[in-house]
Amino acid sequence: MPNYSLNVDGAPQTVQAEVDEPLLYALTDKLKLKGPKFGCGLAQCGTCTVLVDGKPVRSCVTPTSAVVGKPIRTLDGLAKNGQLHPVQEAFVHEQAAQCGYCSNGWIMHSVALLEKTPKPTPEQIKQAFANVQCRCGTQIAIMRAVKRASDTMTPNAKA
Amino acid sequence: MNTPKLSRREFIQTQGALIVGASGSVFVGDALAQAAPPVLVGPQPTALDTWIRIATNGHVTANFGKMDCGQGLDTAIAQIVAEELDVPMDSVTVVMGDTRLTPNQGGGSGSTGLRMGSNPLRNAAAEARRLLVDAASARLGVSAADLATDNGRVFVKANPTQSVSYADLIGGKDFGASLKWNNAIGNGMNAQGMAKPKDVSQYKIVGQGIKRKDIADKVGAKEHYTAHIRPENLLHARAVRPQVAGAMPLSVDASSIANIAGAKHFVKGGFVAVVADTEWNAIRASRQLKVTWSDVPGPLGGGESTVFEHIRSAPVTSSNAIPIFGGKKAYDPKPTMEALAASKRVIEAEYECAFQAHARIAPSCGVVDVKGDQVQVWADVQKPHFLREGIAKFLGLPQDNVQVKWMHGAGSYGRSDADEAPYEAALLSKEFGRPVRMQWSREEGMAWGPKAPAAVITMKAGLDESNNVTGWLLKAKGFNGWDVKFNAESPEHTLVGMQTGHKKWNAHNFNVPEESYKFNNHVHWWETIPPYLEQASPMRTAHMRAPQEMQTHFGQECFIDEVAHSAGMDPIAFRMKHMQDPREADVVKAAAEKLGWAPKANTGRKSTAKVMTGRGIALHAGYQSYAAVACEVQVHRDTGRIWVKRLVVANDCGLIVNPVGVRAAMEGQIMQGISRSLYEEVHFDKNRVNSVDWNSYRIANLEDLPGQVEIVLLNRPDKPIGGAGEPAIVCFPAAIANAVFDATGVRIRRYPLLPSRVKKALTT
Repeated sequence: MPNYSLNVDGAPQTVQAEVDEPLLYALTDKLKLKGPKFGCGLAQCGTCTVLVDGKPVRSCVTPTSAVVGKPIRTLDGLAKNGQLHPVQEAFVHEQAAQCGYCSNGWIMHSVALLEKTPKPTPEQIKQAFANVQCRCGTQIAIMRAVKRASDTMTPNAKA
Repeated sequence: MNTPKLSRREFIQTQGALIVGASGSVFVGDALAQAAPPVLVGPQPTALDTWIRIATNGHVTANFGKMDCGQGLDTAIAQIVAEELDVPMDSVTVVMGDTRLTPNQGGGSGSTGLRMGSNPLRNAAAEARRLLVDAASARLGVSAADLATDNGRVFVKANPTQSVSYADLIGGKDFGASLKWNNAIGNGMNAQGMAKPKDVSQYKIVGQGIKRKDIADKVGAKEHYTAHIRPENLLHARAVRPQVAGAMPLSVDASSIANIAGAKHFVKGGFVAVVADTEWNAIRASRQLKVTWSDVPGPLGGGESTVFEHIRSAPVTSSNAIPIFGGKKAYDPKPTMEALAASKRVIEAEYECAFQAHARIAPSCGVVDVKGDQVQVWADVQKPHFLREGIAKFLGLPQDNVQVKWMHGAGSYGRSDADEAPYEAALLSKEFGRPVRMQWSREEGMAWGPKAPAAVITMKAGLDESNNVTGWLLKAKGFNGWDVKFNAESPEHTLVGMQTGHKKWNAHNFNVPEESYKFNNHVHWWETIPPYLEQASPMRTAHMRAPQEMQTHFGQECFIDEVAHSAGMDPIAFRMKHMQDPREADVVKAAAEKLGWAPKANTGRKSTAKVMTGRGIALHAGYQSYAAVACEVQVHRDTGRIWVKRLVVANDCGLIVNPVGVRAAMEGQIMQGISRSLYEEVHFDKNRVNSVDWNSYRIANLEDLPGQVEIVLLNRPDKPIGGAGEPAIVCFPAAIANAVFDATGVRIRRYPLLPSRVKKALTT
C-alpha cells in the first residue's frame, strides 16, 4: 500500500491507502476524523463533504491519491482556538440539527458558499445545497442558520 | 371527553398483558403490581441511586432508560429533573440508553419519551430533594418545614445565608433509598418515593424554551456516533446480498478475494459477509466476492405495478376493529351496510398508500466486541435494552453478559435497519474473536431495511335527503405492519436472524384511525395480508413513525373532505359538526384561523390555469396529543409539481415542557411529512427492491421548503404531557391531497402524490 502526504486542516499527514481508496476512509478509518461521515458512498448526500482548494468535494468518491498536497479542510478543523466557526455558531444558535449526522455536509457546503458569496441569493443557496440531504427534515432551521451565518460573517454588508 | 385519550399504541412495548372484558380492554399493569415483581436485568428501578446521582461538585446525573431520536428529549428530561431538585439546568447531565446504567424504560417508542418516560425521573428527583432536605434538617438542626431549596442548596427560609449545598450533603455518596416500582418494564415503568412532585403552578424551569446542549458537539465534530467506535484490533465487515430476494448462497469462491490482504468471508444460512482489517478492504471484498445464489422465481409478487391489486385480492391473515395490542374487538359491518343501502346517496372511495422506507441518512452500523462470554455492543438503535436481550439470545448467552451502549446515530424514525448491523457484528465478532464494525451500504439501508406497509383504505358513507351522514365505513387492508417486531428482542426480528434459521414470528397488526368523529352506524376495521416473501424479505415491515396511522388517516381525512364536498359543506364546518373532543376542535380552529380559512363549500372547480392554488386541512389525535395541519398549495399543471406555499401546524401536546424542542419537532415533521406525501415510494419488481439510493428513493429537498411556515403551540398546563414526535406528521398526505383537490377539482387518492402521477391525473 502506498503512502500519501496529505495536508489536512493545515497539518501535514501521511496515510497509507490503497490506490483507489476514497479520501473518506483515509480521513475516518486512518486519521480518525469525526466530521466527514459515510452516508451513501455515491456522492448523493453530502455527509462526507470536505473542502479541497476551498471547494466542496465528496470524499466518499474522491481517491486519496487525487488530493495529495492540496489543502483539505474538514469540519474537525473549522473551530480555531476553541472558538467555533461562525457557520457552526449559527447552526448552534438556530438549533439546526436533529440527529446531526448530516450536519457536516450542510456546514461544509455553507462555508464554501459563504466564503465565496457572502450574500447568496435564494437561487444560489438552492444551487449550493442541491445534492445535500437531511432525512430528519431540519432544512427549515438549516436555512435560518445559513442566513444568520451570512449576516454574522459580513456584519456591514448590505443585502 | 376530558379524560386523556390514551393512544392505543401505548399499551404496546410495555411488558404487561391485556385482559379483554365486556367493557373493553384493561391494561393489567396495576393488577400485576400485586404479584411478584418481574425479573429485570441491570439497574433496578427500586433504587433511587439508579436514577439520580450527585457528584462531589454537586453535578447531577440522571439515568434515563430511553434515548433521543434527535429532538432534544434529554434537554426536556434535564428540565424536569432540575425543576424537581431545584438545581440549575447546567448542573444536570442525562445519561441515555446505556444498559449498564439505565433501567429498561422501553427506549424510543410511540412518542412516550416525556409523557411516560419522564415519570420515574420526576418522582426520583423529587424524592432526592426530600431526602436532601431531611439531611439538611439534621445537619443544621432546623425543622424540615423551615427549610427550602434553590440552586443546589438547602437553606433556612428565615435566614437564607444559613445553608448547606447538595454536594456537602451527598456529593459522591449513595442515597441508599428505595422507591416503589410499579413492576412495569418498558414504557410504563414508574417508580415513586414518599415525595410528591411539584405542582405545575410552581414550575420555573419546565415550560422554558431551552436549547439543546448536544448540537454544539454535533456541529463541532465532537460527537461520538456509532460509526466512530473503532476499538483496537478492529475488523471491518460488510455483508453481501443476493440480487434476488430470498436467494440462498450455494457456493462461495474464496479465491475471488484472495488478492485483498486479510480479507475473509463468512457464510451462515442465507447470510454472507466479508471482514478485513481496513474499511476500504472490507468494501472491496464485498464487491469482489463471487457467490453463487439459488434460483428463487419472482419472490415479490408482481412488484410495485400491481401492489394495490395484490392487496385487494389477497387472502386475509388477520382482522380486528382495533390494533391487536388493544385486544380483540368484534366488528359488525352489517348495520352500516344496511344503513348505506337505505341511504339516499352513497359515497365511496379507495385510497392507496405506498410502501415507504426509513431511509436513514446513513445505513445501519453496529460495533460489537465478543470477548469470551462477555459482549459489548455499541449501537444507535431505539431500544438498547431489547437489543441486549436479542443479542444474548442470538449468541446463546445470559443477558447479564451483554451490555449495549446507545450511541447517537443517523436518524431514528421507528424500527429501522438500525437493529440489523449490531446482530450481524455480534455473529462475526464471535466467529473471528475480534471486535467487529459492521457498516451497511446505502443500497442495503434503502433496499434491505424494514418498510412501512402498503395499504388500501376503503371508505363508504351514506347521506340522507338533508345531507346527514347515515352510515360510515372504513376498512384498512394492507400488508401486515408487524413482519418484525418493534422491539428487536429476539433474532427472528432481524434479517440475519431469519437468514440463520430463526423463523419469522406470526403476529399481525394494522390500525384504524382514532375516533375523532361521531357518525351513526360507524364501523371500521383492518385486515392484513400475507407477506410476499415469508423469511428474510427485503420488504418485511415494521413500525415507521406514526405506524399505519399515516395510511389510515389519509383515507379518513381525505374522505371526510369528499363527503363534505358532496354535502355542499365547508370541510372544516363538516368536521366540526361531527367532532367529539374540544381539544381536537381547538387545533383545527387554530390552524384554520392562522391560515386565514374563509368558510366555503369546495366547489370542485376544474381550473385550467398553469398554476393552481388551493387549501386543505387534516387532523390527527393520538399519543395524548392533537395536531392539525392546514396548508395552501400550488399545483403546476405542466409538471405536476406540488409546492406548499403556506403551511400552519397547530399542536396541542398538553403541558409543554420545552417549546423550543416542540417547535423543532414540528419543523422536522413538516419536511418529513411533505417528503412522505409527495415523493416517498419504495420501488420494487418481482425479484428485488429497486430503491437503492437517493435517486431511486427521493426525499424532500430545499425546493420543497414551504414559502411560509407558522407553528401554533397550544400549551395546556392543566393537561398531562403528550407526545410531540408523531401526531403532526400523520396529517400531511391528507392535508396536501385535500388542497390539491381544492386547487384543481381533481381528487388524487394515492400517496405519494408524485409529480408524474399528479400530471397524469390533471390530463385525464
